[in-house]
Amino acid sequence: MTALLQHPGYEDESLQRVAEQLPCREAQSAVLLSLMGQPQQYSYPSIFIYGHRASGKSHVMHVLLRELELPHATLSCVECVSGVLLFERVLLSLFGHEAAALLPRSASLSDFVRVYRQQCSLSPAEQTRFIVMEKAELLRDADANLLPALLRLQELVEDNVTVVLLSEIAWDKFRPNTGCFEPLLLHFPDYSKGELQQILSQDRHPSYSADFYSSYINILLGVFYSVCRDLRELRHLAALNFSKFCEPVAEGKVKETDTHKLWRNIEPHLKKAMQTVYLREVSSLQWEQMQQMEEKETGVVRGLSAHTHIELPYYSKFLLIAAYLASYNPARTDKRFFLKHHGKIKKTNFLKKNEKTSNHLLGPKPFPLDRLLAIFYSVVDNRVAPTASIFSQISSLVTLQLLAQVSHEDQLDAPKYKCAVSMDFICAISRTVNFDIVKYLYDFL
Amino acid sequence: MSKRTAKDAHLPVGECVTQVQDILRQRLCHQRLPDKPEGVESQHRHLLELLKRTAIHGESNSVLIVGPRGAGKTMLLKCVLRDLLEDKEAQKSLLQVHLNGLLQTDDRIALKEITRQLHLENVVGDKVFGSFAENLGFLLEALKKGDRSSSRPVLFILDEFDLFAHHKNQTLLYNLFDVSQSAQAPIAVVGITCRLDVLELLEKRVKSRFSHRQIHLLSSLTFTQYLERVRTQLSLPDGFPDSRFAQDWNDGVKTLCGDKSVEEVLQRHYNSSKDVRSLHMLLMLCLSRVSVAKPAIKPADLLEASRLCFADAKANMLHGLSILELCLIIAMKHLNDVYEGEPFNHQMVHNEFKKFLQRKSNSMYNFEQPVILKAFEHLQQLELIRPVDGSSAKTQREYQLMRLMLDHSQIMEALQKYPQCPTDVKQWAMSAFG
Repeated sequence: MTALLQHPGYEDESLQRVAEQLPCREAQSAVLLSLMGQPQQYSYPSIFIYGHRASGKSHVMHVLLRELELPHATLSCVECVSGVLLFERVLLSLFGHEAAALLPRSASLSDFVRVYRQQCSLSPAEQTRFIVMEKAELLRDADANLLPALLRLQELVEDNVTVVLLSEIAWDKFRPNTGCFEPLLLHFPDYSKGELQQILSQDRHPSYSADFYSSYINILLGVFYSVCRDLRELRHLAALNFSKFCEPVAEGKVKETDTHKLWRNIEPHLKKAMQTVYLREVSSLQWEQMQQMEEKETGVVRGLSAHTHIELPYYSKFLLIAAYLASYNPARTDKRFFLKHHGKIKKTNFLKKNEKTSNHLLGPKPFPLDRLLAIFYSVVDNRVAPTASIFSQISSLVTLQLLAQVSHEDQLDAPKYKCAVSMDFICAISRTVNFDIVKYLYDFL
Repeated sequence: MSKRTAKDAHLPVGECVTQVQDILRQRLCHQRLPDKPEGVESQHRHLLELLKRTAIHGESNSVLIVGPRGAGKTMLLKCVLRDLLEDKEAQKSLLQVHLNGLLQTDDRIALKEITRQLHLENVVGDKVFGSFAENLGFLLEALKKGDRSSSRPVLFILDEFDLFAHHKNQTLLYNLFDVSQSAQAPIAVVGITCRLDVLELLEKRVKSRFSHRQIHLLSSLTFTQYLERVRTQLSLPDGFPDSRFAQDWNDGVKTLCGDKSVEEVLQRHYNSSKDVRSLHMLLMLCLSRVSVAKPAIKPADLLEASRLCFADAKANMLHGLSILELCLIIAMKHLNDVYEGEPFNHQMVHNEFKKFLQRKSNSMYNFEQPVILKAFEHLQQLELIRPVDGSSAKTQREYQLMRLMLDHSQIMEALQKYPQCPTDVKQWAMSAFG
């Protein structure tokens, strides 16, 4: 089934093993292999591979280097927070402990190149050495000279070495101001739907038939494919939800071949997973617990609505409502909303608005404390004195990050705030105090 | 290889291909020095003459080699050094110090490196120096044998010269140029840089000590020369073990360069950049397609390689987006059209997307707001959209202002190639106003 990779200089057996481990990446691995050439030949000084997350960039590199037994150093730039760590890892994997120990404390790039040259004069490269860097976009945040130096490492150390950078971001975003040595660009395209299906079907549990599992994968892709094409994420979701899919079969209600009934059973479940597990609002452990809970007490749907419920003191709720109104209503309309006798305002004039100025599109506006309090007094149903308790509640709302202070901290008189909660949240809050907030919002008039 | 002069020895094809790969990869990937620098003969002569004076007559000099990336600055210098060291006298006395602006990021490191490269660590020992100048003076003093005329000449090569100008007070440059001006030890300072305005970066006191000698490498390659260069880069040398294979290969390369479509492709490359590096990249891609089964470069290989070189990375990335993310991109494009490039936030994009959905009867894209927000954030991670500077961290995620980093044609190209793109989405993208 797998197209045989062929290249002189490598054993057929190991190439066969490579081909088996890289389903749907035959073309890419063949291109890479031909660029790498035979082990003793020079390869291009730096290769930049980009493609979406989980499109097999690291996997292809790992498998190729491991199975073909080429000297290599693989590191993730997330782990290498400083240059020193990076240099240490490279020397350690290419030359062993003694070499890494030669690096002085707080080594600079210059030290690294010196040690590297010294080591490679002791053991000249018989095979191309590879340095693979994952998440290379983080190199941009490191020292400005690190990336250009790595790209021309072959020239700097005068060794047969190739630096392979892997990233999700296109090369255009990497190029430094004065330019640098341009790497060879390779693109790893995303997996197509068919390929995803093929790869995911390989995870099948041996106690179920291949057709059964692939029909499950088909349903899963039907729900998630339009939102997410990340193989890793899909795999996670597939593993989490499979037990639910098997339930009716295990109970003996449905036969394995009755795809339609199985679909009817699982589809709402997967939709719910999209709103919860996919968004990481619940962890996979919680999700499994929820599934068991549901069997006992149905109707308890937690998830999105879970965090729209937060317990606040009574006046804090009104303060938050007032803040929301102050943020999303223009100040000139306050008269209309909060005065009993606001006189005649021509409705046509008043309602003249276009969509461009809708505040729910542009976001909350800052408002002064006075306005917040004025609105607060008019929305709260009984008389409240402006005591210290009210003010302290405002500052605790700021601490809770439900309000954001816009003006500087040190400005004591007339501080300005912004409301930082969503529409859903404020609706839930106002429902608990029987306040119809929509009636007071200019955008929804 | 050239030593093995087995005339007309027939090697198997596999062996020949391996040899070809060996030789050409040395040239394309390892930047092997050519026997003679092409197109820069006068510069070569000039630089050689200059360095000879330092190496043999003990005269101090300073010079800058200026040219764009891939113009052959380092190649020129290396060729000159190779030719210079053929001279016995120069070889005996000349010391070289290679510094690179990328590696020696400050003057302390640079000084350590100079000490190391001059093999003077033992001499310096634990001495403490008052100033940089004192230290450098000591180093040069140590190289003297007796009287001044017999002290050894030192060649300082500063790669990425412009980066040295960013060091604090430009101490290193000041001292080097100062030594080269005053009649101390004979040194030559050669700077290599790609910045044409490099002199503006120098402080006044540094600039006045520099000799203002500059060698410019501005490629004036014509297209015929470019074609000729492609041919020579791919041709096999005379010393190839299997002369018949070499003959066939060289003929193949000649016909390749004569091909109409190949010429067209090369013309395109020539128009976009003339430098050697990008040409090497193109040829390397071609070379990697040579195998035992196909021991020659065909025009199709070159076309394919050129397609890879010119591929638009962002359009490639758009291809892998999910349909939801693509819809968001289209919505952003419409917003950009309507508001003439004003920044937008997630809420506006969502609103635009909802307007599209309302016009449709079927609701196959019925997504919750957080799911859309996650897609939006994924786009931000991919740097297809970027937050506007200055919008502080205090604003909510939904309201943070963004700009689209794609242009119209990239989106359209991606849409054409997008697999199984629904027709209504395509129409929506095409319509002038959403």
